[in-house]
Amino acid sequence: MTTSTIATRHVPVFPAIGTLAWRELIRFFRQRTRVFGALGQPIIFWLLFSEGFRSVDLGYAYQFPGIVAMILLFTAIFTTISVIEDRNEGFLQGVLVSPVPRWAMVLGKVLGGATIAWLQAMLFFLLGWLTIPEIRPPMLDVVAAIALMGVMAIALTALGFYLAWRTDSSQGYHAMMSLLLFPMWLLSGAFFPADKQSLLSYLMMANPLTYGVAGLRHHLAAGETMGEAWLPGLALSWGVTLAFALVMLAMATRVVEIRTKGDFK
Amino acid sequence: MMIENTTLSIQDVRYRYGENEAVRGVSFDVAEGEIFALLGPNGSGKTTLFRLISTLVPLQQGEITLLGTSVRQQPAAVRGQLGVVFQSPSIDKKLKVLENLLHHGRLYGLGGSALRRQAMAMLDRLGLADKAKDYCETLSGGQRRRVELAQAMLHQPRMLVLDEPSTGLDPGARSDLWRYFTGLAEEGVTIVLTTHLLEEAERACRIAIMHQGQVAAIDTPAALQASLGGDSILIRTAEPQALAEAIRKQWDCQPTVVDGAVRFEQPNGHEWVPRIVEAFGEQVQAITLGKPTLEDVFIARTGHRFLEETTTDETHS
Repeated sequence: MTTSTIATRHVPVFPAIGTLAWRELIRFFRQRTRVFGALGQPIIFWLLFSEGFRSVDLGYAYQFPGIVAMILLFTAIFTTISVIEDRNEGFLQGVLVSPVPRWAMVLGKVLGGATIAWLQAMLFFLLGWLTIPEIRPPMLDVVAAIALMGVMAIALTALGFYLAWRTDSSQGYHAMMSLLLFPMWLLSGAFFPADKQSLLSYLMMANPLTYGVAGLRHHLAAGETMGEAWLPGLALSWGVTLAFALVMLAMATRVVEIRTKGDFK
Repeated sequence: MMIENTTLSIQDVRYRYGENEAVRGVSFDVAEGEIFALLGPNGSGKTTLFRLISTLVPLQQGEITLLGTSVRQQPAAVRGQLGVVFQSPSIDKKLKVLENLLHHGRLYGLGGSALRRQAMAMLDRLGLADKAKDYCETLSGGQRRRVELAQAMLHQPRMLVLDEPSTGLDPGARSDLWRYFTGLAEEGVTIVLTTHLLEEAERACRIAIMHQGQVAAIDTPAALQASLGGDSILIRTAEPQALAEAIRKQWDCQPTVVDGAVRFEQPNGHEWVPRIVEAFGEQVQAITLGKPTLEDVFIARTGHRFLEETTTDETHS
């Protein structure tokens, strides 16, 4: 009967992860409107919030870490919409029948999306550095802030991936964005501080993004006082943000093992 | 039928989506270098079988082996030897043609200048060399299908599986596609494809006719047509049941009623036309004589017309 045997093809996993990430980058930067949209909107928000809150002494420097978080969150969301597009357009099934393990596919897409988000945040960071004198932290803090942005980008992109995988349409994903992701940003201490012991402050404490924003605040805008408002310490901020990234990656890796009807499109 | 040099072996495969059993105990072998067609209308289970062979969905019951390696036990090894072309294109329209191929190659463990050379050779073979730098969204449907083929064959798999490969192609592109299949088969690549087009299935080496999740018949197109014996006679009449019964009584043959018409197969069909017209001239509205087609085979084996049983949800086909 069978005369020949199969030759096992060795598929190195890192180039596969790399090529999936590379595709995300190429697709994003070829669509110029997406690039400008992802950066333009936060800049407008930054101007409006900073001018608006000036009366209560929360100016440009105070708003800065929150806007960085916003860029990371929104870019992460928009890049992970591609999960739904890939599925609807049929691209994903080609990846699913390749020898690449599914966790590598998750890592490729998340790292690609996170890199885009991180690059956008870096551009904004450069803008802040050049225009606002208060945003001139010591070099060590700059490096730490850049690293923290990377961890936050991974956490948020993995969160986006998880939600996108469970959603069948981009409309559904937009609903999720309004109901879950936008409030998550508002309640992260990004642009108003929490009063102690209020309901809002408990929500903020439970929100993992709060710790990312707080970490950025420690590194980038340490001098910006917020009166009596609660702010987690630097170590706690880093710890929670790292844990957030790991948990989200684990969840995204697990969710792809669930086969949905969407696999068949 | 014993097959030499088996590439693909399917043994008692069953698959259900919830309550609906889409594949109900299918077994067959496909030989090396064979072009094998899974022919059936929508809802016959052929697409589900394609998904199982392509490893898109995991096996529930039964066994599928490629070159003796189990899909169940070593899916990654099987995938490395499998080229897959889906019905909906899996190329990225926002990327250029060559970029798509390079990306795909890295998912199969290829890389560097060898990958680039191989990709260009594939594009050249499919007449796409001058399109390498074009965005896929600017290509025609036929060109995109060729990019899919170049991509699927890039890692030089031993078997190519395709789901309805000629959907949306004009007759010229369809001919080119089959010429390419024949060339691959001569090189020893095994080709398994699904189709709902009878005239397409006729070009395959062997056909498995799928009906309601089972294989209704399996053989070469010529053998399937010959199996009906002689000619096919089709009679249109107002009361087909009554006419079929009368013919059965008079000549001891086995006419069937399909879609409001009486049909049966007989050697020397031309002798039967006057015979029927003389005996039942009043009832006959029209009588057709022809060689059995694959559609006749399908009707004879399943008792149904080969119609598009339109299912809205492809997932359950």
